[in-house]
Amino acid sequence: MPTLSHLITRRHQVLPGFGLTLGFTLVYLSLIVLLPLSAVVFKTLSLSFAQFWEIVTAPRVVASYKLSFGASLLAAGINTVFGALLAWSLVRYRFPGRKLVDALVDLPFALPTAVAGIALTALYAGNGWLGKLLEPLGIKVAFTPLGVLVALVFIGLPFVVRTVQPILEDLELELEEAATCLGAHRWQIIRLVILPALTPALLTGFALAFARAVGEYGSVIFIAGNLPMVSEITPLMIITKLEQYDYTGATAIALVMLAVSFILLLVINSLQGWSAASSSSTGGRKS
Amino acid sequence: MAGVTNSVASHTANHVASGVPSSSRHRDYQASPATREAPWVRYTLLTIALGFFTLFLLMPLFAVFTEALRKGWGVYFAALVEPDALSAMRLTLLAAAIAVPLNLVFGVSAAWAIAKFEFRGKQFLITLIDLPFSVSPVVAGLIYVLVFGAQGWFGSWFGDHDIRIIFAVPGIVLATIFVTFPFIARELIPLMEAQGRDEEEAATVLGASGWQTFWRVTLPNVKWGLLYGVILCNARAMGEFGAVSVVSGHIRGLTNTLPLHVEILYNEYNFAAAFAVASLLALLALITLALKTYVEWRQTATLSPESREQAT
Repeated sequence: MPTLSHLITRRHQVLPGFGLTLGFTLVYLSLIVLLPLSAVVFKTLSLSFAQFWEIVTAPRVVASYKLSFGASLLAAGINTVFGALLAWSLVRYRFPGRKLVDALVDLPFALPTAVAGIALTALYAGNGWLGKLLEPLGIKVAFTPLGVLVALVFIGLPFVVRTVQPILEDLELELEEAATCLGAHRWQIIRLVILPALTPALLTGFALAFARAVGEYGSVIFIAGNLPMVSEITPLMIITKLEQYDYTGATAIALVMLAVSFILLLVINSLQGWSAASSSSTGGRKS
Repeated sequence: MAGVTNSVASHTANHVASGVPSSSRHRDYQASPATREAPWVRYTLLTIALGFFTLFLLMPLFAVFTEALRKGWGVYFAALVEPDALSAMRLTLLAAAIAVPLNLVFGVSAAWAIAKFEFRGKQFLITLIDLPFSVSPVVAGLIYVLVFGAQGWFGSWFGDHDIRIIFAVPGIVLATIFVTFPFIARELIPLMEAQGRDEEEAATVLGASGWQTFWRVTLPNVKWGLLYGVILCNARAMGEFGAVSVVSGHIRGLTNTLPLHVEILYNEYNFAAAFAVASLLALLALITLALKTYVEWRQTATLSPESREQAT
């Protein structure tokens, strides 16, 4: 494809295959991703703005945003605290089964979401191992918004652990030693030396967990109970509209979700840039 | 948002590929008073971290297997060899068998163009490749309904020619390709960028053809990263639920994949059978994690001699 070669910025190219590989990449990307995604925009354009606004601000849909975003924020927050603690334990402490725990942290990536969903429901339902303990205390988890939170915590945990872990591993011990020599207390070191170095990674992990949670469907619908206005998540609203053959309504909500994902993608990209820059300045090895 | 998974996974590969010696992994933090906490602090933190791990990760995993065997091995195996379950297995394998090789060819091709050449718009292209990770699986299914559904762009054309895409196998395959689209490319791009193009250029100058260079120089260098991407891509392809659920139409024995079969059994209150099929998928997840850990270990092992050379 000779038309692509003018894109090249480096002259005297030795290696072959630029036109072929870039050409194939662009065609495949367009057919599988870009063209189908553009359908969401074109379909929504068939609506007037007033119609669009009416669909995406309907009370039931707004209730679903509140649950989806609220539970996702809370889940990402919980994951940031416990994920950081887990990453810290994996890097700093030696305990039996550490390698196994390290490998199993990725379970939510590998376990199909539907399986996670029914497993969590079985655990937290009234007759489940955990439900049995919690219900006498008056805490109902399964089929309530709390269940949504539990599922989103499960889904998001590895994002925080896997972003914080490499930064912790690369942290310069000299900083802590210097701080100790200067008379800092262990708690002061953690607060003033370690935590600032981890902040970009913690924020990145938070954003990744949040982004994943907002769009999550499979693990949530089983445990949520899906009561209108109470425990319906936004992706479920799209499914509900589709089941009523209301394709335009489904697409309008999908456009809102796509816009949110796009903003989150930009935020995550800039956070990762910051994370990379700050880890190379504080934790980087001198070469 | 379907796993932004790989930006994390590739972080690990990045770490390995950039030749940073991972000596820090073997540091003994508890030996020096400067990096040590009091024992009671250490044990408290460990207990909280492992308690959280057990509560949120281990217990759901155990629950799958316990619930699956609640009614005994007879019911368990009956649920697995039932015709609908077998046809769901076949469809899941078929979708993965088409999606993974296609995304493999795409991943290699995209990585070759991006890592071995400098061109305008490269960063933008990488962002576009990542896009399917940040799209909710439900939206991923919806877009194919909009394109190929009865009222979609090409729906009437396919309808006239009696070809069904949506609520049929092709739709399931397409949705699977979409959600697993970035996995292999995201793994290979940073790896091949880190390795540069010196070796390939040397091979070309010595008279090797493009294909010879790729097969004999590039491929051996990236094989572990490639395998890593394939493993993750396959796990997602076999386990995808949301996107496939939208385009499937849930026709028993025809358009049900294993995760959809689990959903149907569960909604029919056939819990033992649902968990039996789910336990197969959980086993797949455990095998995936084991292979992934092995590949990570091999990747570090093959790269560490080089990185030691670079460090000195």
